[in-house]
Amino acid sequence: MTATASSPEPVLSIADLSVDFRVNKAWVPATRSVSFELYPGEILAVVGESGSGKSVSSMSVLDLLADSARTSGRIRLGDADLLPVPETGLGAVRGNEVAMIFQEPMTALNPVYSVGQQIIEAIRCHTDMDKRAARERAIELLELVGFPEPGKRVDYHPHQLSGGQRQRAMIAMAISCDPKVLIADEPTTALDVTVQAEILDLLRDLRKRLNSAIVLITHDMGVVAELADRVVVMRSGEVIEQSDVYTLFAEPEHEYTRKLLAAVPHLGRAARSEPVDPPPAAHQEPAVALRLDNTVVRYRGRFGRPGFLAVNGVSLELRAGEVMGLVGESGSGKSTIGRCAMGLLRAESGTVEVCGEDITRASERRLRALRRRFSMVFQDPASSLNPRARIGDSIGLPLRLHRVASGRELTQRVGDLLEQVELPRSWASRYPHELSGGQRQRVGIARAIALEPELLVADEPTSALDVSVQATVLNLFLELQSRLGFSCLFISHDLAVVEMLANTITVLRDGQIVESGDRARILTEPAEEYTRQLVRAAPVPDPVGQRARRR
Amino acid sequence: MTTLPDQKDAVGFDPVRIGAFGRCLRNPRVLIAGGFLAIIGLLVLLAPWLAPADYRAQIDLPLTNAGVLGTDDFGRDVLSRLIVGVRTSMLVAVLAVLVAGAAGVFLGLVAGFRGGWLSVVIMRGIDILLSFPPIVLAIAAVAILGPELRNVVIVIGILYIPRFTRVVYTQVLSLREAEYVQADRVLGASSTRTMFRTVLPNVTAPIIVQGSLSLSFAVQIEAGLSFLGLGAQPPLPSLGTMVGAGRDFLEVQPSLLIFPAIVIVAIVLALNVVGDGLRDVLDPRRGQS
Repeated sequence: MTATASSPEPVLSIADLSVDFRVNKAWVPATRSVSFELYPGEILAVVGESGSGKSVSSMSVLDLLADSARTSGRIRLGDADLLPVPETGLGAVRGNEVAMIFQEPMTALNPVYSVGQQIIEAIRCHTDMDKRAARERAIELLELVGFPEPGKRVDYHPHQLSGGQRQRAMIAMAISCDPKVLIADEPTTALDVTVQAEILDLLRDLRKRLNSAIVLITHDMGVVAELADRVVVMRSGEVIEQSDVYTLFAEPEHEYTRKLLAAVPHLGRAARSEPVDPPPAAHQEPAVALRLDNTVVRYRGRFGRPGFLAVNGVSLELRAGEVMGLVGESGSGKSTIGRCAMGLLRAESGTVEVCGEDITRASERRLRALRRRFSMVFQDPASSLNPRARIGDSIGLPLRLHRVASGRELTQRVGDLLEQVELPRSWASRYPHELSGGQRQRVGIARAIALEPELLVADEPTSALDVSVQATVLNLFLELQSRLGFSCLFISHDLAVVEMLANTITVLRDGQIVESGDRARILTEPAEEYTRQLVRAAPVPDPVGQRARRR
Repeated sequence: MTTLPDQKDAVGFDPVRIGAFGRCLRNPRVLIAGGFLAIIGLLVLLAPWLAPADYRAQIDLPLTNAGVLGTDDFGRDVLSRLIVGVRTSMLVAVLAVLVAGAAGVFLGLVAGFRGGWLSVVIMRGIDILLSFPPIVLAIAAVAILGPELRNVVIVIGILYIPRFTRVVYTQVLSLREAEYVQADRVLGASSTRTMFRTVLPNVTAPIIVQGSLSLSFAVQIEAGLSFLGLGAQPPLPSLGTMVGAGRDFLEVQPSLLIFPAIVIVAIVLALNVVGDGLRDVLDPRRGQS
């Protein structure tokens, strides 16, 4: 299956590559003695968590690093040197022999030119094709990457295209000169799962048709399992393991690889064993923590135009003590529902009832008093804490605002909360920038549970974290939930994460509920085609099963 | 993609830069300019004790070389008058910038944070204020209000409100959507509290930069108004009045004009250098990375 056997001559070889960055007059190593080879027609995945040096080592192939970087080692493309950088520069190589696909197609494409113009420019940069021929070729390329109506949409500007279409255009540009090597840096990370599945299909198909070798840089073990032939695992700037994809998943050699694989949420495997116990007050009528009744939320448009209808007639009910997973792709309205439940957005019509109180039209003052009964964990730990406040002040803020504690008692309570999220008490005096992403998210959770709320909304609380950190944060969350018994609306795009936590799952699409029900039923016997698609598209970290599933 | 070692904060300023003042002094230009401003600061505080003679007293005949810098047309000690003049000018400038800063920051915060019609009213008002050439507006306003230092402070203060409002407004607009500002609201903080306790501390850096640059403009405008006789009234000297008075004796005693003029230029230059230095370290958009 791998191309290694058929052609032993590597198309790209990196040997002993070390990259350092100059930070405050000192050299900080980003990679140390990285070596790997890429063979023709092969898909090589470089995986690692943030800071592992996976992007840095691939960027140095095209000498794309910032000026503050210092590289040493040897990079060869066929029999030409790329490092040390030849005197003639790499202009002839970039885009021609080695091309790059970036993570975020919106920012990688120039917004003021049509995609056609950008592809034509890439073609004419390396060939002497005239404009008309280049345009023909651009349309051909767009067709090749499965771009809908290429003849017409070649003149579209990036903002007129969807994320998946933009990424296709980006790929068309990258393959315009039949490069020997394609470097794809997290090509699907910014995309929804169903679109991700399509783009991965496309890459697999292109490899076959163009016989390009692909370096796939990713953090997602599911994507690796789906696409790669061989895998290089990186950590802290070093290659710690490289092997065949099947071997890697079946018998990981290195301790770290094993941990990494264990931490990946695996749809259909990591489910919580039992749904949490029904709420303690079982003899009473089951209380409802959150009820939406035919709720409509519309964002205001500019200049009095009707705005975007984000949530269109959603009704749902979250019983006390339960965790509801709210899943959907970007733009499905899941975050809007969360913000609506927190009183950050007002519903246009319908009702929103939190902890038995109708907050649809509650005054800001009334709402503020109610806020001690519900709280929220935000998505991005880098921006959800005030950078100018010590973390103890951030955690203590709700206690001070609602006059629950002050003085010595406040210090005591903040310390207790830090311990509950498994951080040392003494950290209360630290600032957020001194903490890692996972630690900051723990602080965010501590702040949210400070008042022991009845309802917690968690909006993608782990999507910005590395998998190994995500696993520990999710476990902490699960443990806190069963101990404190709060109800939780858990918003996520990741079915495997939701499966770990939720009792019930609600699937959203375009502001409407597709279906809703018990976790097990939704994941194993979805009634709706869309849910089936979502489940099928979710990448599973198992190369054998994944490839079987695809066929 | 966060493989680069210098992880920047997602929103606003990198908090590591809080200790930036030390870092900006490492630039030798900023160090020299800062040192000069420190001396000026001392001069302002200690003027009555540093001045060798009473700035109103006649110490010798007019236009002689008595004292260090000679005497003026009334026989008063020029050095003493220069020291007191620096104090007058700097006090006017500092007070004016404080007025502008307080009002401008408040308006910018409110406009950015509240949004809606209030922001339209405030920001359009700012546009109107900006559409007048400042020196012309200042002359007209002081002429109407009466030539008095208090009026100069008020007029310069009002003229420089827009600079602060605009810089704060744009910052607040982006901060308003930051999750930690939303978090304040979810936790039950009032919007007044959020505005002053959470948002304001996160926009201080551009305010400081704007303040130091505005100070240099305020010194210039004060000098201009006083030169025209609309600022400090005799016998109180300011840098502008001294240049104005010295103009008549340019051929007899050029030092009367030259020294205060040099001081004005030096102060303005130093303020600009320090302001730029602060901006380099505090403003992420101009950062090197």
